[in-house]
Amino acid sequence: MTYWSRLRSWWGNLMRRSRMESEMDTELRFHMEAYAEDLVRGGVAREEAMRQARMEFGSVERAKEECREARGANLVESLVRDLRYGASNMLRAPGFTAITVLTLALGIGATAAIFSAVNPILFESLPYPHAERIMMISEFGPESSRSRVAFHTYRELAERSRSFVTLAVTKIWQPTLVNAREPERFDGQFVSAGYFRTLGVPPFLGRDFEPSDDRFHGPHVVILSDALWRRRFGSDAAIIGRQITLDDNSYTVIGVMPSTFENVLVPSAELWTPLQYDPGNISDSQTREWGNHLRMAGRLQPGASIDQARRELKAIAGNPAPDFPRPPWASHEQGFIVNSLQDDVTLGVKPALLAVLGAVLLVLVIACVNVTNLLLARGVRRRAEFALRTALGAGRARLIRQLLTESLLLAAMGGVAGMAVAQLGVRALVALSPAELPRVSSIGVDGPVFAFGLGITTLIGLLVGLIPAIRASRNEPQIALQESSQRTVGGHRRTRSALVVVEVALALVLLVSSGLLLRSLHHLFAVAPGFEASHLLTMQVQTYGRRYDDDATCNRFFAQALEAVRNIPGVSAAAFTSQLPLSGDSDIYGAQFENASNTEDVAPAFRYGVAPGYFETMGIPLRRGRLFNEQDTLALPTRPVLINESLAKRRYPGQDPIGQRIRFGGAPNRPWDIIVGVVGDVKQTSLAVSQSDAVYVTTAQWLWADGTRWLVVRTRGDAAALAPAIRQAIWSVDKGQPVVRAATMEGLLAASAAQRRFALILFETFALVALMLAGAGIYGVLSGSVAERTREIGVRLALGATHESILALVIRQGMTLTGVGVAIGLAGAAAAGQAIAAMLFGVSPLDPVTYLGVIVLLAGVSAVACGVPAMRAMRVDPIVALRYE
Amino acid sequence: MDKQLDLLQGTLDMLILKAVSLGPLHGYGVLLRIQQISKDRLEIQQGSLYPALYRLEHQGWIASEWGESENKRKAKYYRLTAAGKRRLQAESEKWNRMADLIAGILDTKPEEV
Repeated sequence: MTYWSRLRSWWGNLMRRSRMESEMDTELRFHMEAYAEDLVRGGVAREEAMRQARMEFGSVERAKEECREARGANLVESLVRDLRYGASNMLRAPGFTAITVLTLALGIGATAAIFSAVNPILFESLPYPHAERIMMISEFGPESSRSRVAFHTYRELAERSRSFVTLAVTKIWQPTLVNAREPERFDGQFVSAGYFRTLGVPPFLGRDFEPSDDRFHGPHVVILSDALWRRRFGSDAAIIGRQITLDDNSYTVIGVMPSTFENVLVPSAELWTPLQYDPGNISDSQTREWGNHLRMAGRLQPGASIDQARRELKAIAGNPAPDFPRPPWASHEQGFIVNSLQDDVTLGVKPALLAVLGAVLLVLVIACVNVTNLLLARGVRRRAEFALRTALGAGRARLIRQLLTESLLLAAMGGVAGMAVAQLGVRALVALSPAELPRVSSIGVDGPVFAFGLGITTLIGLLVGLIPAIRASRNEPQIALQESSQRTVGGHRRTRSALVVVEVALALVLLVSSGLLLRSLHHLFAVAPGFEASHLLTMQVQTYGRRYDDDATCNRFFAQALEAVRNIPGVSAAAFTSQLPLSGDSDIYGAQFENASNTEDVAPAFRYGVAPGYFETMGIPLRRGRLFNEQDTLALPTRPVLINESLAKRRYPGQDPIGQRIRFGGAPNRPWDIIVGVVGDVKQTSLAVSQSDAVYVTTAQWLWADGTRWLVVRTRGDAAALAPAIRQAIWSVDKGQPVVRAATMEGLLAASAAQRRFALILFETFALVALMLAGAGIYGVLSGSVAERTREIGVRLALGATHESILALVIRQGMTLTGVGVAIGLAGAAAAGQAIAAMLFGVSPLDPVTYLGVIVLLAGVSAVACGVPAMRAMRVDPIVALRYE
Repeated sequence: MDKQLDLLQGTLDMLILKAVSLGPLHGYGVLLRIQQISKDRLEIQQGSLYPALYRLEHQGWIASEWGESENKRKAKYYRLTAAGKRRLQAESEKWNRMADLIAGILDTKPEEV
C-alpha cells in the first residue's frame, strides 16, 4: 500500500466515524424532540416537556456508547477516547505521572540494558551458519576443567573421527609490523587450514587457507581482517598477492575476511596465518607438537548430534591406534570434553550474567509493585470520579478498560523513557565490562532489545493496571459517593500493605546479594598477592627481527635494555620475567622431584624465567637460602632454581629444601637442577585462585631465550608517569622493538577482579534503587493510611491517647510491614545466595554479618519512611480532625 | 437490574422486528408503534431502544435510510430486510412454542401430576 492510499483510507475512516457520530446525534435528538412535541401537544409546557423527554430517555451517553458497541468496530474509537481521557488525566496530576513514568523508565531501562548484554552472549546463536554445530573439543584438565590439546592429538582426531566435517586448531599469534615511526604489534592467530571452514565464514576477498598452505616449512601467507585492511591498506582490493613484512618475514596476503565476520575465539585478532606444525615428529614427545597448548574447534556433520560426537571421541580415546602413539600427558584416559562453541565462550561469564539478569528482574518487579501502589493510591483519590462515571452509565468492563488504557499509556511513556535509559545503561555497561565478557561488540540497543522492551512494557502496563482497575471498578456508586466509607478504603489498604511487604522482601534479596558480593570483593582485595603492588610499572618487551633468533643476541638485548632502564632517574629497581603475575599468562611446565618415590611423576608448576633482581623489584620475600645473582646467569653445569614456599612445604616436609634436586622442563634425562632458595607464594592466575606452585630459573639458563619478556620497574614516584621514559630507554638500545601492554601492577590487580567488580557495581546499583523504592512504598502506604485515619486519630487523641502512643501506633504499623517483608525476604535471600555462590569469595552465602547489616539498613530506611507520616499523625489536632469530612 | 435488561433485550428485538414489519419507521415511531400495539401495557426504556436498533441493523435484519418525518424533519427510517423477515418468523414460532409450553406447565394442577 502506498503512503497516499494509506493516508486516504485513514482519512476515510475518520470521516465515516465522525459522520456516524453526527448521525447518531441527529437521530437521538430527533427522538427526544419528537417526544417532547407530543408532550407539548398533550398540554405540557415546552420547557417541562424537554426535561421530561430527556429524563425518560435515560443516559444519552450510555445509549450512544451501547450503540457504538452494537455497531461493532468500536474498539479503536473508544481506545482513542480512552487515551485522550487518560492523557488529560495525567496532565492533571503531573507529579504522580512524573514519578510513575520515572519509576517505570528506570525499571524498563535497566532491564532492557541488561537484556541487551545478556541476549547476544547467552541466548542469541553465534553469527555463523549453523552455529549450533560448532563444537569446542578439550582435554580433561585438573578438577575436570577444560584444557588445551596437542597438535598430534588434533591430527589423530582429524584422521579417525567421522562426526565432524572439519576440525581446526588455533593459538595466539602476535606479529609485529614495523612502520616509519614505531613498531606496532598485532593480535592474530595461527590456525590450521580448516579454521574458517569450521566457523563457516570464507574470506570475501581472495581465498581461504588450503591444506597446501598449512604444511611444515610451508609458504608465508596471511589473511587480514576487514578492519586491518581498511586501516592499514586503504581498502585496496589489489592487496591480494601483495607482500607485507611481519616479524621480519615477508608474507603474501591471500585473503581479507568480511566486515561482518565476528571472531568469538579471539575477538581482537586481525591477522591469520597457517599453523605449519610438523606432523612427522609424533614419536618425539619433547616437541611443541606434543604440547597441550592449542584450542580445537570442530563442525559437526549435518545430522550428527553432540552426544554422538562425545561417544565417538570417547571410543577413539579409549582405543589408541598404532599410527598415533601418545605420551603420558596425552593418554586421553578420561576422553575429551565436547561442548558447543557458545557454551565455551560464555563459560566464565554465565553465572555473573544470569545473576545480574535475575537482579534486574527483581528491580523491575519492585518498580512495578511501586507503580501498582501509586495507581491504587490514585484510585482511592479518584473514587468520586469513577462513581460519577458509573452513575452516568459506564459499565464495569468499560471502567476496567479505561484504567488499563491509562496504565498502558503510563507504561508506554515509561517504556520510551526506558529505552533512553537503556541506551545510557548499555554505554555504561560496555565501559564497565570485564575483559572476559565475550561479544562486547554486539552489545547494543537493537531490534531484539526493542522487541523485548515493547513486550515488557505491554506486560507491565497490563499487570500494574489490573489490580487497581479491578479494585476501582468494584466501587459501588452509592458507597463511593459517601466519602467517609471505610470499607473500600480498608480493602485498598490491605492490598497496598501486601504490595509493600513484597517490595521489602525483594529489596532484602537484592541487598543481601550485593552485600555478599561486596564482602567477597573486600575479602579478595585483602588477599596478599605475594608481592608489593604499589609503585610497580609493568610492560611487555618483544624482540623483533631475525637476528634475535640467536639466543645470545636476544639475551644481550634484554640485558642492555635493563641496564638502560635502571639508569632512568626515578627508577629504583627493574628486572625482566618471562611471565607476570595477574597478567593472564599461564606458562606451566612439569617438575620432577629427586626425593619422590617415583621420579617419573611430573607435577605442574609455573615457570618464571627471571633476571637477577626480579624478587627485589617485585618485593617477593626470600624465605630460605638465597636469591639469584649475576653468577647464576652464566652457563653452569648444575642449574640453580628457586621454588615457592608452599611447594617447599609440601615436597620437603620437615626437611631443608636447599640443596635438594629437581628436574624442571626439557628432556626427561637431562641433569638435575639444584634448589638454592625458597621465596614467598605469589598469586599468578587471580587473587581468588590459590594455585601458586612455581619454579624460578634465570632467563639465561632456560632451554631457550624468551623472545617476549615482561619488564617490571619499581619507581620512586608515580609509576604510570615513567612509562614514556622507559620506552625511550629500551628504544635507545634498539629502536625497532615493540613495547606493549604498559600497566601498573595496581591496575592489573583491579583487572583481575573485574568480573566480580562488574557484578558488584550492578548489584549495588540495583539494590540501592530497590531500597529507595521500598522506602518510598512504605512512606506512601503510611502517609495514605495516616491521611485516611485522621478522624480515628483525632478520636483517639480526644479520648486521651498520648501523642507518643499515636507515634507508636503508626511506627508499629510500618515496622510490621517491614518485619513481614524481611521474614519473607530472608527465604528468598538464602536462595539468591546459593545462586550467586560461584561469585562469592571467602564469605558464606548465609554470612550472618551481611544479613544482620542488611536487616539493620532496611529497618533504618523504613523507620525514616515511617517517621514522617508518624510525626504528621502525632500533630493531628483532635478538633480539626473531628470536623474533617 | 441487569437480569431484567437481558430478558427485555431478546423480546425487545422481536418487538422491534414486528413493529418495522408493518412498514418503515423511525426510532421514535418504533416506540410509538410498540406502545400502540401493546395498548400501552409495555414500558420500554427509551434509551435502550437505539442500541437494539443498531444491533439489529448490524446483524442485517433491518436496514436504515434517511428520510423526512411527518413534520418535515430529517429522520432515520428502519425497514425489515428479507433476512429480518425470516428471523421474525423463526422467533415468533419459537416464542409461541415456548409460551405454550410455559403456560401449560404453569396451568398444571396438583391432581394432574
